[in-house]
Amino acid sequence: MDPQDPALARMVDQVAQARAHRAPLEIRGGGTKTFYGGSAKGEPLEVKGLCGISSYEPTELVVTARAGTSLAELEAALDAYGQCLPFEPPRFSAGGTVGGMTAAGLSGPARASAGSVRDHVLGVTLLNGRAEVLTFGGQVAKNVAGYDVSRLLVGSLGILGVICEVSLKVLPMNRATATLCFDWNESRALEQLNLWASQPLPINAGAWHDGQLRVRLSGAVAAVNAACGKLGGTPIAADAAAAWWLSLRDQTQEFFALSGADLARGESLWRLSLPGTSAPVELPGRQIIEWNGAQRWWRTGARPTSVRAAAARVGGHATLIRGADKSAGVFTPLPGALLRIHRGLKESFDPAGIFNPGRLYAEL
Amino acid sequence: MTTRGGREARQADVAAALAEILPRGAILGRHEDTAPYECDALTAYRTSPLLVVLPDTEEQVAATLGVCHRMGVPVIARGAGTGLSGGATPHHWGVVLSLAKLNKILKIDPGARLAVVQCGVRNAAISEAAAPYGLYYAPDPSSQIACTIGGNVAENSGGVHCLKYGLTLHNVLRVRGFMADGEAVEFGSLALDAAGLDLLSIVVGSEGMLAVITEVAVKLVPKPQSARCIMASFDDIESAGAAVASVIARGIIPAGLELMDKAMTAAVEAFVHADYDLDAAAILLCESDGSAEEVEEEIVRMEEVLKAAGASRLEVSRDEAQRLRFWSGRKNAFPASGGISPDYMCMDSTIPRKRLAEMLRAIQQMEVRYGLRCVNVFHAGDGNLHPLILFDAEEPDQMRRCELFGADILETSVRLGGTVTGEHGVGVEKLNSMCVQFAPAERAQFLAVKHAFDPLESLNPGKVIPTLHRCAEYGKMHVHRGLLPFPNLPRF
Repeated sequence: MDPQDPALARMVDQVAQARAHRAPLEIRGGGTKTFYGGSAKGEPLEVKGLCGISSYEPTELVVTARAGTSLAELEAALDAYGQCLPFEPPRFSAGGTVGGMTAAGLSGPARASAGSVRDHVLGVTLLNGRAEVLTFGGQVAKNVAGYDVSRLLVGSLGILGVICEVSLKVLPMNRATATLCFDWNESRALEQLNLWASQPLPINAGAWHDGQLRVRLSGAVAAVNAACGKLGGTPIAADAAAAWWLSLRDQTQEFFALSGADLARGESLWRLSLPGTSAPVELPGRQIIEWNGAQRWWRTGARPTSVRAAAARVGGHATLIRGADKSAGVFTPLPGALLRIHRGLKESFDPAGIFNPGRLYAEL
Repeated sequence: MTTRGGREARQADVAAALAEILPRGAILGRHEDTAPYECDALTAYRTSPLLVVLPDTEEQVAATLGVCHRMGVPVIARGAGTGLSGGATPHHWGVVLSLAKLNKILKIDPGARLAVVQCGVRNAAISEAAAPYGLYYAPDPSSQIACTIGGNVAENSGGVHCLKYGLTLHNVLRVRGFMADGEAVEFGSLALDAAGLDLLSIVVGSEGMLAVITEVAVKLVPKPQSARCIMASFDDIESAGAAVASVIARGIIPAGLELMDKAMTAAVEAFVHADYDLDAAAILLCESDGSAEEVEEEIVRMEEVLKAAGASRLEVSRDEAQRLRFWSGRKNAFPASGGISPDYMCMDSTIPRKRLAEMLRAIQQMEVRYGLRCVNVFHAGDGNLHPLILFDAEEPDQMRRCELFGADILETSVRLGGTVTGEHGVGVEKLNSMCVQFAPAERAQFLAVKHAFDPLESLNPGKVIPTLHRCAEYGKMHVHRGLLPFPNLPRF
């Protein structure tokens, strides 16, 4: 990135000032994920001005965009060449940015088969807490020069610095897609999803909710056709299926919408990340299961300790996505050794502790 | 501690402390016993370690780390020693921690599609153990019959299939091991992510500098039902390079897409007799895998693209035997190079695909400039180059010119928008080139990351991150490229 770029230079100045005064900064992109993580505090540092696709060469399968670039712009540019972000980052609402996607590190329905945001990040330019602009990784898929700092930044919620530019691996869209529906209970759906996943089938996503399992096949025409014959189930019309997967990806389904009244009643939205073959989780409320059982969304009034215990029992962790009371922390607390490493890393990138304090953990 | 006597006394002290926690025979100190550990597969760089220890339990690994931490002894973890960048090169005052005895497969869980193995398990052994369930471990570095999963994690190893199936990082769920002081630690989880920062991402590929990994949980994936390979000849390297881009532009992600130049083809043909086209300027191997229907559909499309790109000869494997024969030369590129030259140095940079032909031309000019031959195999699909510089280590000037040749390739790769290492790691070999790829503030940030994990710098010190002083010296040498003041001095 050009350090003379006025938008970047302004951000560097602001960070240098904040560092000098040890004044916290709240890094802001499109503001579509402010609900995620601990509550923000500090003076806003706007990244939206740092926008635009820096380079995109479809035959390299790599796109580089400045952090303030809207996800919509990026995805439209890829779409024009029949390519996509295979990890389907959720957008929640219009206006989300490439930087926000990277900092949040959330992936959509295809994650179990196509990989995560982190898996597709090849390089990041970062403005750290010393007001230095640093580039890690690069624009090639195979790169082991130095520690993989660019992937460490994915999901860091801005606590290590300001993500300024991101290079991503992109892929061609699959040539054929089909969605099948099965009326199965939770146990049967979990069992079957994991059974299918151990066979060479072009299953791209699966989601179970309220007695129905939807499975999306995606790949070569012949492979999708053959798999449809093998799996059975009821095919869903293409348009309806596409709309449904989109509403799952962007969390616009009724399930994800918690009204003020719901929140006041103590209802929360949790994300449980578990080994996919874990038995059904016993909690009050409703759930959506994705990623072959490895991601389970719970809408529940259960206490945070109960939800976390349910996840921990099977070796997973639980994140409070939406809720009125975040006093018990958003993310699962870390064991001592990991917390020490987290503190050390925070100190190494942001010695004055100015970036997004408390957004990931209260002590960072 | 600079005298010989000082080192012997130190060796005795450390050996005595380790003898309290390790079984008899697990500590090697005599020169004839430690000599095999003086280098990894980067044999041009050798150092005699203070001691070598071979624990056979995790508890002994932890205890060894505890003793070394207390006594301020550097620890160099080592797997099978197949690394090509000197990541396991010993430290004169340090202990080599051989993890070869931790070689048990702890669990194959076909339902959850994962394997939990100790770090010393060989890469290929995981796929062998998973085969009865129709599953396998996807990353396949060329050394897979010998290299260990712990080494793969340390280097974030790739292989010929990583264009489609990803690197080690993409196929590892969780690693367990110990911090520099011996405290147990776990990164990642058996779910698809873990709470907090994604530390697994930074530990994988950290070349044994952040923690010592003793157990790895890997993903297993369904073995494709069918695989076929196209072998295509090209009359000039430009059209071969353009063909690679055309395949990708058609929306095809081959399971493997490899390129060999004419000199490499001649060397491997003499080694494996696989009936390669010796007249071609470049040969492309393009593989499709998946269900039988999928492969048929994709092979037809690949053939169309390669023909349109000007392939002069094109052959599709009829059966598994022929497919393996197509690959036999590529898989044996390194030993075949050993057959035509006393020594070779394997480089490992990555460049954007579109610069392949340009890079090959530049290497041809370097052959003249440095007076050495170079044969080339590329993971063309992801732009990862393995030029093999042929030289004779008995001739000091050839070794010097080989190093300059290698540095030139790496720096040209950076200039073309690439990186100095795609999958072999930095180790000691590419320390100088790191000065070219990264600015001082970036290298300082790497060092700060190291300190967050290992404040005393006891794990594999001196690797991966060059010191500011070293880079300054290298910058001065650059001015006089090829005219170093003391060419025979080792430079570390």
